[in-house]
Amino acid sequence: MTTRTNPLLKISNLHIRFHTLDGVVQAVDGIDFEVYAGETLGLVGESGCGKSVTALSILQLLRCPPAEIQGQIFFEGQNLLELGREGIRKIRGNDISMIFQEPMTSLNPVLRIGEQIAEAGRLHKNMNRQQAWRWAVEMLRMVQIPGPGSRSRQYPHKFSGGMRQRAMIAMALSCNPRLILADEPTTALDVTIQAQIMTLMQRLKQEFKSAIVLITHDLGVIAEMASRVVVMYAGKVVEEAPVKALFKDPRHPYTQGLLGSIPVIGRKEQTGRQLQEIAGMVPSPSNMPVGCRFHPRCRYAMDKCHQEEPPMTRLAGHRRVSCWLESK
Amino acid sequence: MLNYLIKRLLSTIPVLIGISLLLFFMLRLLPGDPAQVLAGQMATPQEIENIRQQLGLDRPIYEQYANYLSRLVRFDLGRSARTQNPVTEEIWARLPNTLLLSVVAITLACLFGIPAGIISAVRPYSWIDYLVTTSALFGMSMPVFWLGLMLVVIFSIILKWLPAGGTGNWQHVILPSITLAAFVVAFIARMTRSTMLETLSQDYTTTARSKGLQERVVVIKHALKNAMIPIITVVGLQFGLLLGGAVLTETVFAWPGLGRLIVDSILARDYPVIQGTILIFGLLYIMVNLVVDLIYALVDPRIRYD
Amino acid sequence: MTDIAASSAAKAGNLTADSTLRRNWAKLKRNKAAMVGGVLIIIYLLSALLAPVMFSGNPAAPNLMNSLEPPSFKDPLGTDELGRSILGRIIYGSRVSLIIAVGVVFVGLICGIPLGLVSGYYGGKVDFIIQRATDAMLAFPGFLLALALVAVLGVGIKNTVISIGISMIPLYIRLVRGCVLSIREEVYVEAARAVGTRDVQILLRHILPNVMVPITVQTSLSMGTAILFAAGLGFLGIGVQPPTPEWGAMLGSARSYLFHAPHVATFPGIAIFLAVLSFNLLGDGLRDALDPRFKI
Repeated sequence: MTTRTNPLLKISNLHIRFHTLDGVVQAVDGIDFEVYAGETLGLVGESGCGKSVTALSILQLLRCPPAEIQGQIFFEGQNLLELGREGIRKIRGNDISMIFQEPMTSLNPVLRIGEQIAEAGRLHKNMNRQQAWRWAVEMLRMVQIPGPGSRSRQYPHKFSGGMRQRAMIAMALSCNPRLILADEPTTALDVTIQAQIMTLMQRLKQEFKSAIVLITHDLGVIAEMASRVVVMYAGKVVEEAPVKALFKDPRHPYTQGLLGSIPVIGRKEQTGRQLQEIAGMVPSPSNMPVGCRFHPRCRYAMDKCHQEEPPMTRLAGHRRVSCWLESK
Repeated sequence: MLNYLIKRLLSTIPVLIGISLLLFFMLRLLPGDPAQVLAGQMATPQEIENIRQQLGLDRPIYEQYANYLSRLVRFDLGRSARTQNPVTEEIWARLPNTLLLSVVAITLACLFGIPAGIISAVRPYSWIDYLVTTSALFGMSMPVFWLGLMLVVIFSIILKWLPAGGTGNWQHVILPSITLAAFVVAFIARMTRSTMLETLSQDYTTTARSKGLQERVVVIKHALKNAMIPIITVVGLQFGLLLGGAVLTETVFAWPGLGRLIVDSILARDYPVIQGTILIFGLLYIMVNLVVDLIYALVDPRIRYD
Repeated sequence: MTDIAASSAAKAGNLTADSTLRRNWAKLKRNKAAMVGGVLIIIYLLSALLAPVMFSGNPAAPNLMNSLEPPSFKDPLGTDELGRSILGRIIYGSRVSLIIAVGVVFVGLICGIPLGLVSGYYGGKVDFIIQRATDAMLAFPGFLLALALVAVLGVGIKNTVISIGISMIPLYIRLVRGCVLSIREEVYVEAARAVGTRDVQILLRHILPNVMVPITVQTSLSMGTAILFAAGLGFLGIGVQPPTPEWGAMLGSARSYLFHAPHVATFPGIAIFLAVLSFNLLGDGLRDALDPRFKI
């Protein structure tokens, strides 16, 4: 089991603001969570809740300005946000790597696939050209791309969507990072390919023993792959729990709504409930509700919810919730 | 790639036909007798009649056009009404001069324009960016011939460093090519800047950074390589456009090129030469475009490999 | 709970045409360069319209006693080879270049927009023919095309306008056609056709308004190009003919006196430069403000 004492990644009081022509947009408003070695942490939320931005900020891939980041991001005890350009460069691709959502546009169309995988190896692991190239072919084989030798010499436009994502995974794993940030890795793929990629990622995780932060809005993917889940809403963390506990007994009304909106055949007979929707819309960052951010859409909203933001309450079984229902 | 090239080659055919039609009818749109026009104002009635017979100007129009095309293919562009020399001779004597200027100008423009555009894109909204974009805007707004005259005033008259015109040695090439390059360098700098800005904001650039590559590598190996594709296209097109600007520059510097030839011919109503020069300009432009397409096919792997 | 949700939906979703226009205007105003361009254009327009007010005297009347005088109190920009005030000729010249620029753009729009609309919307044989013709015209650099047309049509202000105008048409056709092609595939056009709207109505009501954005930007830039081309023709002696004051022609005749009186060549050139610059500044600003999508 993972140790509870020394997290691999610790995000503490992270605030991310964007200065735009229309004003300051608060994308992430004071979140914290931890990732432990070797685990898969699911980061769940709707589009716009700030999860992608959080991942980008870990590797300092946001343009500052217009972005402004405050808080601390500790990786193996070191605050990444205090690292200069050279410092973070050494971490990127090496200790922490990232898998992006759109395999079609995330690969460089004018460079061969093998080169795109090999360059990280040459840079971080001091391999020469031949070693790096052989390693790249080996990586392609590991992500189950047939004929990796010839495939490595091809350009991305010859690859299908699923294959490109495999290539991206190969790229991310090439330097054996201890943490992988996977930003919606399966969202842009067909459903059947999604399953393949997820299986592949599971297997590789066992082999490479890296931790994964799996960012997605797809609860099915979370159920398959994550061991713990952090739920975000409107720039804040609203719930955190081990995956089984979360699915069995969601505490935050938003999580309940998310789980209730998954169509399940036979659910109506079992539970007497139809598909539940969460009424209303995600608030725009310039128009945040006062008090609990979820209260306009919450079926249990009380007076207190309109006035004050609920504190984060610790529950049994390594769980946290931010809801007035749980902290009386 | 072969498909692409064949398609490109084939698409030039209608354009060539279009140009030949344009020029053919251009002559007949002029008031008066085409034979007289071609022969020039000094011609005798006998000479005019000769031309009429020679070019079959009393035949039906489609026969005339067929005639015209057959002569074009044989590179028979007629004779200058002014000098009575074959038009091809007049053109051939001056073509290398125009090409020389154009090549030097485009080289200068790329040498200065592309790096300026890259630096501008890598440091947007910095003082160097403002300098580059402002200079580029100025360069594009300046009339070519005025710039030429001003350069002559400064460097030939006041400073007496460089000659004011004509040909001779390498010093004669400097001012005209700088003048010709001014507009182009501005355009190329702007294009490079906007293309680079776009490639630098693409997803694959973020991916490259996420691997920990140095910024220098990201800019040159990842972003620039993509940007070069449209930039090369633009450079090629600009080379073609230079031929147009050459007209004015050659006039200012009394440079014996095709541009001077066409202006003198227009002033002298020497229609065979006008027709011939315009045709050559058109051909050159089409050829340049074809070469650009070829380079494009070689450089962009999406076209090169299928 | 639903009220708040509903009102925030209303705010997020519905941008009226009115507010878009105001937002774009605000964006444009923020662009200082574009504002400078705008101011310069206004000065240019004023000097064209109010020329007699700004300069008394006849800009065409020769006064050989004063030939080639350097700038002085009486003639702030000096006099040309026939003794005429350069300042006066520049001011009156603004009229000429403005008329030409407006005329050119008019010709380009009048022919280019309908042809582009038809070519893009109907496709097929019509499109093929129009496109081949456009290709043939675009086989020459713009200035050369105008030059060739002048060779056929002759010199003078009217022919200058027609020649340059015609050389601009293929540009507008391409622009409009490209726009139409992308809009034609939009769902709302398909919906309009499904309901049975006539083609002409679709063209005018749905497609044309969207085409106006890139056309507006291009028009501003084309005004600058038209001024440059007209000056070029004038410089070569085959544009506007003397004694009409035209900036390019002034430069052309100044060539002979370059060694003795360089000021004669300097000032009209500055006038051309400023006029073209102003349209380029405004055009760039318009493009940034209105829609960065339409890259020209």
